[in-house]
Amino acid sequence: MTVRTEVKLSTREFHAFDAAGRKFLYMVPSAAVFGLDEPAAAVLDRLGERKMSAAEIVADLDGRFSSEDVLHSVNELMQVRAIGEAGVLQEPAPKQMPPTPFPLTTMVLNVTNQCNLSCGYCYEYGEDKIVDTENGRQPKFMNEETARQSVEFMLEESGEIETVHLTFFGGETLMNFPVLQKTVEYARRRAGELGKGVEFSLTTNATLLRPDIIEWLADNEIGVTVSIDGPKEMQDQFRVFKGGRGSYDIVAPKVRELLRRHRSRPIGARVTLTRNVLDVQRIYRHLHDEIGFWEVGFAPVTTAWGRDWAIDDSGFHAMLGQFNALAEDFLEAALQNRHHGFSNVKDTIEEIHKGVSKAYPCGAGLGLMGVATDGDVSLCHRFAGSPEHKLGSVADGVDHSLQQEFLEKHHLSEKTDCHTCWARPLCSGGCYHEAYTRYGTTTGPNLHYCEWIRSWTDTCLRVYGELASHNPGYLAVFN
Amino acid sequence: MRHLQPINQKASRIERYLEHDVVALSGQPVGYQAPQQPEGPHIPLGCSLVFSPGWEVDRTGGTAGLCQPVERDLFDCHLGCFWPAHVPDQLNKAPDWTAKCAAAQKDWRKLDLIFP
Repeated sequence: MTVRTEVKLSTREFHAFDAAGRKFLYMVPSAAVFGLDEPAAAVLDRLGERKMSAAEIVADLDGRFSSEDVLHSVNELMQVRAIGEAGVLQEPAPKQMPPTPFPLTTMVLNVTNQCNLSCGYCYEYGEDKIVDTENGRQPKFMNEETARQSVEFMLEESGEIETVHLTFFGGETLMNFPVLQKTVEYARRRAGELGKGVEFSLTTNATLLRPDIIEWLADNEIGVTVSIDGPKEMQDQFRVFKGGRGSYDIVAPKVRELLRRHRSRPIGARVTLTRNVLDVQRIYRHLHDEIGFWEVGFAPVTTAWGRDWAIDDSGFHAMLGQFNALAEDFLEAALQNRHHGFSNVKDTIEEIHKGVSKAYPCGAGLGLMGVATDGDVSLCHRFAGSPEHKLGSVADGVDHSLQQEFLEKHHLSEKTDCHTCWARPLCSGGCYHEAYTRYGTTTGPNLHYCEWIRSWTDTCLRVYGELASHNPGYLAVFN
Repeated sequence: MRHLQPINQKASRIERYLEHDVVALSGQPVGYQAPQQPEGPHIPLGCSLVFSPGWEVDRTGGTAGLCQPVERDLFDCHLGCFWPAHVPDQLNKAPDWTAKCAAAQKDWRKLDLIFP
């Protein structure tokens, strides 16, 4: 074995984290996770920020590890590109565009833009709205004809995909329940004729649930997500009726009835966190343990700067502490193969396990599109009805040149700010709508929560490392 | 691999790839005699070998065949190069001129013209 050890080496891009008493590497941009043994960890530790040759590392670690072990470690770390020749630039990842035409897997149908609640932070009605939902050109309710056309559009654009997802969104979806019912019936029939499957889900504020509607949702296996912010004093801060009356007392019994009767699909709660509603653990306990939701997902409110409900830096810090504590609960449950409903951590762990490295933050404008009440097709439900973000219409199909232009402009390789961030394989710049609300453009990354995302990703990596070491069987469900 | 353990699915794929195609992935591993000839310096065909500002023309006397765009020199000029090119005044007038250009080799297209 001839040793070429004079070349100076330095570290490349990765994020190192500790879990289960050992060191792991999260590789960037491949999103691979490697566990290191002691010699490999010592090599990286020794190298640190320095430029050293393999010979120097061997000499430094003499007495602790054999030169063979050190050189093997150096070699393996080079092979996975954790270290490389100092001064030699790493080639940037090539800009790989998705294949076209890209099949549509999920269509979000805004069956109405009307709502019986008047939540202050709402991105569809509040101060940050994009589309004039009160007096704009869009009809307030989608009619049956447009809904049927949308189904045809979805089946056509789904290409070879066998099972498509149709999600109803609003406004409050149940305000247009008759059209919703007929659309499910129609979609199921048409998909059947084409040999495809179709799955349904909807988001609701639960105020309009009635026994017959619950019955129908259960019988038709419609996945339900309830927008709810927590116990009474939290829910009633923003989720109020037009007159200002809180909605908790109306919603809670209806949700309990829904959970009692509807067992064919897991039912989730979706919580919007705001400046004064940040007690994630308490909200989780209430919604999961007391009310009985299968899963609870949390998202900080989407807002422009300076709104009353906007979470400030100290709020983000507090929220991270809460998320971390709940992630610990999740880990404890997962180690014992018990279910835990904190969906934020579960979703991220699944992505880590698969090694997802994203060129786009989400499927908007790619495998997912939103349809406005008049049949205009946009990036996603949050942009439905916005002419600026239109990608076509259900009558005329997707305008593929517009879609291509969108994909070119929004590719991760265009987001210079992200190019030195280790969390980019998972974050990829974050939500387009959030960026649009904050910065007035969908193309920029969400720089206001970079620190938060990195800290949260680190937490999820540590949970993943613990599970991979102590209960790898749990991760098998993601295979 | 002996010292690195693949944990997630992507890492396993990389390990499989390395087992079958280690040569193609990393060129010459340091610490061992490489199984192939060591890589020589990369000399792009048709390009100027002299990277001194003012000399970057290809063998035809033009710039189209250069391995690096002329804009890269422009970018260099404000970083301590002697060549008196007209680069934007980054101290006073255009402090953000290079804000979108973290790595010139990759992002040089983002260096835009500035009109006074």
